[in-house]
Amino acid sequence: MTLLTLETYKTDGFYDELFAENGVAHPSARPLIEQIDTLTRAGLGRRQKQAEDILYQSGNTFNVYGDKKGTEKILPFDIIPRIVSGADWAKLERGIAQRITALNLFIQDIYNDQKIIKDKVVPAELIFSSACYLKPCEGLKPPKGVWTHISGTDFVRDGDGEFYVLEDNLRCPSGISYVLENRAVLKRILPALFHTMKIRPVSDYGDHLYKTLKHIAPEGRDDPNIIVLTPGIYNSAYFEHAYLAQQMGVPLAQGSDLVVDDDVVYMRTTAGLQRVDVIYRRIDDEFIDPTVFRKESLLGVPGIMNAYRKGNVALANAPGTGIADDKAIYAYVPKIIKYYLGEEAISHNVPTYICEDDKEREYVLANLDKLVVKAVNLSGGYGMLIGPKSTKAEQKEFAALIKAKPRDYIAQPTLSLSRAPTLIGNGIEGRHVDFRPYSLYGEEIFTLPGGLTRVAIKKGSLVVNSSQGGGSKDTWVLEDEAEAN
Amino acid sequence: MLSRVANSIYWMARYLERADCVARFIDVNTHLMLDLALDQNSAQWYPLIATSGDDEDFTRRYKQADESTVVKFMTFDRNNPNSILQCIFRARENARTVREVIPVEMWEKINELYHLTQSQSRKRSVADLQDYYREVRQSGHLFTGLMHNTMSRDMGWQFAHLGQMLERADKTARLLDVKYFLLLPHNDVWKDSAYDAVQWGAVLKSVNALEMYRQQFHTINYKDVTQFLLFSKAFPRSVLFCLEDASAALDTLTHDKAEANKATREMAILCKTIHSSDASHIISAGLHEFIDIFQYNLNLVDEAIYESYFKD
Repeated sequence: MTLLTLETYKTDGFYDELFAENGVAHPSARPLIEQIDTLTRAGLGRRQKQAEDILYQSGNTFNVYGDKKGTEKILPFDIIPRIVSGADWAKLERGIAQRITALNLFIQDIYNDQKIIKDKVVPAELIFSSACYLKPCEGLKPPKGVWTHISGTDFVRDGDGEFYVLEDNLRCPSGISYVLENRAVLKRILPALFHTMKIRPVSDYGDHLYKTLKHIAPEGRDDPNIIVLTPGIYNSAYFEHAYLAQQMGVPLAQGSDLVVDDDVVYMRTTAGLQRVDVIYRRIDDEFIDPTVFRKESLLGVPGIMNAYRKGNVALANAPGTGIADDKAIYAYVPKIIKYYLGEEAISHNVPTYICEDDKEREYVLANLDKLVVKAVNLSGGYGMLIGPKSTKAEQKEFAALIKAKPRDYIAQPTLSLSRAPTLIGNGIEGRHVDFRPYSLYGEEIFTLPGGLTRVAIKKGSLVVNSSQGGGSKDTWVLEDEAEAN
Repeated sequence: MLSRVANSIYWMARYLERADCVARFIDVNTHLMLDLALDQNSAQWYPLIATSGDDEDFTRRYKQADESTVVKFMTFDRNNPNSILQCIFRARENARTVREVIPVEMWEKINELYHLTQSQSRKRSVADLQDYYREVRQSGHLFTGLMHNTMSRDMGWQFAHLGQMLERADKTARLLDVKYFLLLPHNDVWKDSAYDAVQWGAVLKSVNALEMYRQQFHTINYKDVTQFLLFSKAFPRSVLFCLEDASAALDTLTHDKAEANKATREMAILCKTIHSSDASHIISAGLHEFIDIFQYNLNLVDEAIYESYFKD
């Protein structure tokens, strides 16, 4: 039977983001639950429809594949927000800052002195065999020593209620526009709660991003020209690129708008060529400069890497950061933190088996039905096997893949992902969620108090990626009561 | 401003204005049919096609010009680059590439109009589409209102305004031509009859000009209508008014540049030809011929703008 109210909502033994147990809300979520309980089924449905209309109108839509009539859809959105308590957030924030600080030092070290390799903390083979290790980045020293200006750390909450880091996403994390849009929608459809709950605002992200980018402008460029660089209108994240340019009031350029002359980057304007100082590039490393990386790339700007090396233009993020995103390197992050900062990791890693290691591979192959296997260099839910939900045939396929290219795979225990109440049809049911907060590394590390909560709309599914039918929720980070008082 | 962005903003405004004007064309024709009390079989739809300049394309792909085919061709035909649907589609694609420089409400308005158009695209009769055409025209007003009230008068605004004014000048001139192509019972297009006052009234109405016209001329006759729609210095949809506005936008844009460019030179030539004409002179030489030459010169201006500002 469909569950119609939150009173009859069942946690089914999972850690739930809003309920401590059946019928009992987490203290932080109580006002929200009470408000939703006052709504009728129709009222809730009406608000859901209203939210979808607002999102549709804003134009953050994608074409339905193979549809010639140009039918467009929004990503699924659920109006019931996810709540992160002030105390949980404080810990997440410290954990993220620690990780990013250490990973930034790691990348700088890897492309320069390689001390961590010489000290045998991370095996050299693992670094140099990574597809994400970019030789042209050797010797690079980005402005102010920052490589990872923008990151989006993926967390999941396990059955024990702890947050675990799944991925660091230090290349071109996307999704921030959903965070800002989802919030704008909820302010319109559930305004009363913003008076009663102390929800931390997210709308100043554009200001923070602009300051972060301005911080890395070349010396002497006091009024720098900052731009966002997009692969173009057909890229699935184009909406976000335009959105961010708009939030900062800076030009949104494509590769063909830029030209490098004498190691200086210019953009073609109606008043002739104009110098560009800082580029927030949403083009992947391999495509950014066809003279250095992929020769066939038409998206990038020939010569931009030389301009960057000479310090005439700043790039965010710096090329080469992907090395710290390799899922086999991920397993070493606790050691990396210890090595550079002398601290224990605040945010936990998920235990990770590296298939390159003979012993660990043996274990993985013997336990394929229990583990989650992931390709080290893919994201978006691709190249993944979820053991407990897989067929024998799929396990066999992955066993062959792992044996053929062990370096390309890692495995992790299947976590019992937390759930959050989600509007499904006429009722409210628990669905698995993850969490991606966004951080900026400028003068200091700033994490936006909010983030993207992705939700696996399909019953029982653990895959939250939008490419696999996942949706999103607004995420309310609350003021820390202890701190506020 | 990036040249590519300037180009997109110019075309975004032009396409929206074009969609608006096509809706007005259909509106004027509908009123003419009603006023002439023509039934569906004898109603004349071909003049609309002839005026649009797309008659070759139409006759190649359609057997006859009736309400259903003309409504389809001019409103929803995906293969006609000047159909309302295609104009709105292209306005939206251009808007999408300049989202970062236009106010969000402007993008949302275009987006909304696009989705509305998609949802109506199976309809074929004017009666069923009254509300839709009205919505297209209202959206035009809303869009222009947003442009004037929420955009800084920077280069983006100047390019949008330039595009809108040039398109409007072109379409107002073409609208005068509808009457030329309309095969009246007596085949004497310049005869002022009772019918004529009614028909020219419909033309004026379709560009929201009826009340303003009456204040100046009080009664309707073709010479005064021609004078008003081509040469009024005060009415914001007259060809002269549009060209002067476009010319001013171009001057502002050129101000930054060291010297006058091809665009300003071509524009000056076009303005001069309009300034040195008047209604009686044009009518004796042939209104249709005049409009033909005007449109040729307008295209030269457009090409010159491309060369001066958008080309790499």
